[in-house]
Amino acid sequence: MRKYLLKRVFYMLLTLFLVATITFFLMKLMPGTPYSNQEKMTPQQIKIMNEQYGLNKPVWLQYLIYLGGMLHGDLGTSFQYSNQPVSYLISSRIGASAQLGLQAMIFGVLVGIIIGSFAAINRNTWIDTLCTVLSIIGKSVPNFVLAVLLQFYIALKLGWFPIADWGGFSYTVLPTIALGVGPLAETARFIRTGMVDVLSSDYIELARAKGLTKFGIVYHHALRNSLIPLVTLIGPYTVALMTGSMVIENIFSIPGIGEQFVKSITTNDYPTIMGVTMLFSAGLVVVILLTDIVYGIIDPRIRLSGNGD
Amino acid sequence: MAERILDVKNLEINFHTYAGDVKAIRDVSFHLDKGETLAIVGESGSGKSVTTKSLMGLLANNAEVVGGSIMYHDQDILKKSEKEMQNIRGKDIAMIFQDPMTSLDPTMKIGQQIAEPLMKHKKMEKKKAWAQALDILKLVGIVDPEKRINEYPHQFSGGMRQRIVIAIALVCYPEILIADEPTTALDVTIQAQILDLMKELQSKIETSIIFITHDLGVVAGMADRVAVMYAGKIVEYGTVDEIFYNPQHPYTWGLLNSMPTLSSTLLEAIPGTPPDLLDPPKGDAFAARSAYAMKIDVEKEPPFFKVSDTHYAATWLLHPDAPKVTPPTEIVRRQKLFAKMSANKSVKA
Amino acid sequence: MEEKIKLSPDSFEALPKAEELDNEKIAAPSLTFVQDAWRRLKMNKGAFISLWIIVLMIVVAFGSSFFIDHASLVKSAPNYANLPAKIPGVPINGFNGKLKVSGEWVDEYKQNNIPSGKYFVLGTDYLGRSLAERIIYGTKVSLIVALVATFFDLTIGVAYGIISGWKGGRVDNVMQRIIEIISSVPSLVIVVLMLLVLKPGMTSIIAAIAISSWTTMARMIRAETLQLKSQEYVLAARSLGESAPKIAWKHLVPNLSSIIIIQTMYTIPTAIFFEAFLSFIGIGISAPETSLGVLLNDGQKNFQFLPYQMWYPAIVLCVLMIAFNLLGDGLRDAFDPKTRR
Repeated sequence: MRKYLLKRVFYMLLTLFLVATITFFLMKLMPGTPYSNQEKMTPQQIKIMNEQYGLNKPVWLQYLIYLGGMLHGDLGTSFQYSNQPVSYLISSRIGASAQLGLQAMIFGVLVGIIIGSFAAINRNTWIDTLCTVLSIIGKSVPNFVLAVLLQFYIALKLGWFPIADWGGFSYTVLPTIALGVGPLAETARFIRTGMVDVLSSDYIELARAKGLTKFGIVYHHALRNSLIPLVTLIGPYTVALMTGSMVIENIFSIPGIGEQFVKSITTNDYPTIMGVTMLFSAGLVVVILLTDIVYGIIDPRIRLSGNGD
Repeated sequence: MAERILDVKNLEINFHTYAGDVKAIRDVSFHLDKGETLAIVGESGSGKSVTTKSLMGLLANNAEVVGGSIMYHDQDILKKSEKEMQNIRGKDIAMIFQDPMTSLDPTMKIGQQIAEPLMKHKKMEKKKAWAQALDILKLVGIVDPEKRINEYPHQFSGGMRQRIVIAIALVCYPEILIADEPTTALDVTIQAQILDLMKELQSKIETSIIFITHDLGVVAGMADRVAVMYAGKIVEYGTVDEIFYNPQHPYTWGLLNSMPTLSSTLLEAIPGTPPDLLDPPKGDAFAARSAYAMKIDVEKEPPFFKVSDTHYAATWLLHPDAPKVTPPTEIVRRQKLFAKMSANKSVKA
Repeated sequence: MEEKIKLSPDSFEALPKAEELDNEKIAAPSLTFVQDAWRRLKMNKGAFISLWIIVLMIVVAFGSSFFIDHASLVKSAPNYANLPAKIPGVPINGFNGKLKVSGEWVDEYKQNNIPSGKYFVLGTDYLGRSLAERIIYGTKVSLIVALVATFFDLTIGVAYGIISGWKGGRVDNVMQRIIEIISSVPSLVIVVLMLLVLKPGMTSIIAAIAISSWTTMARMIRAETLQLKSQEYVLAARSLGESAPKIAWKHLVPNLSSIIIIQTMYTIPTAIFFEAFLSFIGIGISAPETSLGVLLNDGQKNFQFLPYQMWYPAIVLCVLMIAFNLLGDGLRDAFDPKTRR
């Protein structure tokens, strides 16, 4: 187990190193200077700026400086907001993004489990059809379309929730729904398929032969067995939430990482782009490692063999 | 005469499929007395598993009972609601499944899986149910049960798992135990152990067993009576001696002929395959594969002809007008033995 | 009682042997794997309708290339700006040139002095360009993106998976690590990086998809190849000395086909979403070029007053996504023997 973990952490760090390297050199290939939106700069000013950001040094030195800085949490300085370190930019915005992401994940997974198991238990009835239709729509309607519709009809027309901005819980409701519908639909479909499979397995037949009630069978046997594999989806969900945050935060004007990322892209603020890229990658790698470990803990079959490989 | 606890009469079950209705069970009748073991023998697809699932009320969704009755004591199981069946299943009628590798919940400790029926039917608390689970684990011969009760199914071998499945079935001391090919998925050496265990437990727990198998060899040591099924019908039934030593139906001859014995040098397979039950043949379903088929066999279904008080067979060969045929040599040998046995018996009597 | 059955003596004549073969006859029609899958797909109404919707969209989107020229698509005509939908002969508010302005239906065509013969079936955008034409063109862009994603799935994804699974050992290990690294970066980040290096537009979207879309396919194919590799018929082919590419083509690909088809059906909506998403946040295809994402972005700005400008492209995009998802589900159910009943 220990050896396995060490190996995994090593691969994790290797991955992040490669991502950092590739991102760094891609940024160097970028056309456009970081100052293209600051109009009418004299060559003199540009030279000063280059010196200030260390852009006059050879590329390999810049690379080493960047890597060195990253080791103690220094991600460079933003081009967009003069003199603001990227790490500060990120840390001041990560709270909103994390809260939104977590809420959306919990909302999506919980509601998805309920809908999915409901559909599986009532397989081939109108309930099943309804749940399937809902999850197909949830999967197919892009979250940014849904966000605009929610914002207009629920917030603006009905006035139930604030239209945009970030404040108390009521501000989070609509973005959470818009962001969570994707994972919700995916969970519902996943649980439904899994549970239909489980319900037709021999051990469920044995449970029925024991005389257990329908509820007992679902609660004690079917649910547990179909929930365990759901853990493997947390990784992909994290990706979907990171992606979604870029557009949802934008629509609802939430001061989060995703919104910052889009801003940085449009302003060629590449220290920030790199910083956020590293953050997203690191977040994803850590989530994948954690879910693998959790999977090993909750599935007795993997627990014994000691590793999830 | 022993008390009759189960009486199946004229059971008919259809399966709805896209191609039409499969007539899986066609007019099946049999009964089970207290304390006896009835073996239902037949090749795959003959309807033996479907029959037992109907006893448990566990038929698939696309199955429909078209006719007949299943009397358990004085109540018709077919007329019971799902809720009422839940109170019978696992308590009065329990079942052992074919494949021990897949019939245990992989994510639940085996102790809990054994305790579940007790908590449901005997309204026991968890602690007490686990204590009883421990007892039954000892009974089915699990070594070191105190430790193993906390383990998960994947930590057990196939034979051990089948012992656990048996423990689950017997934990409420059911009146009827249905064993659906309980040894088919196991190694031959383990098979014998499981069969011995079942016999031993039968006497301890005083349960009646319906034993489903395609393997006549297993039947000989286990059963009191045997029913031979073919294409959704029972074609012959009688005591184990009658079926083994005085078989009358050509299908039973075929089965016995394809079973290895000490004296046989050549095993004979039954040619062909069972008929398609979407459109069952008009007369004797076995006629098409039988070397003894007669014209009447494809025209009219044979009724049961009585051979003895306990022995009936549905074949036109038993009709008084039918020509006398000579069964395969192995069967003739057996019938000679049978004649000797009954002669001995009457002498003693 | 059996004695009572009186039968004619000839009833007991032995049957001629020839009838022995009769029982081999099977009453149910036998179906090949593909026929069986097709039958089940046809029974799945949602999937079948989706198939036709997709075919229709492909025909309209690509057929329109002959009628809609690029020049008129990007040329603005300010005097026709923001006209609502008008279909002659349809007297439904919203489709007759009328628009709800502060609670009342106003004939925008009359107000803007549009010549009486002129009409736009889905209205116009803020620059007076026909929305219908732009939506059709946008659909074409989405379908092209889908096509490209499918292409990379089928080439890189399948080949990578088969090679990785077939070679095994060190090669497999290295190839899997590479996939792991690619998928450790959210694919949208990859797309963004590509967009920065190349210029925003179709090429960079395609490049980004080429890098990130095939990993799932490769993983699934690898897992399946590992299983197939140990199957008897593959072992037989190997021991008979067939070359690896031949085995892959003759034995592996046919057996992988259902997974390939199903996975492709899931890649397509993801790719379509990608394009719309990027164009929506303004880093994909950008004006005056058009795609469904661009149209949604334009429409969103005027949503409060001219909701149709967002609704129409949104509906087309959603229908496209739903159709591919439903067809994907239908194909999965049709090909997956586990769900056979």
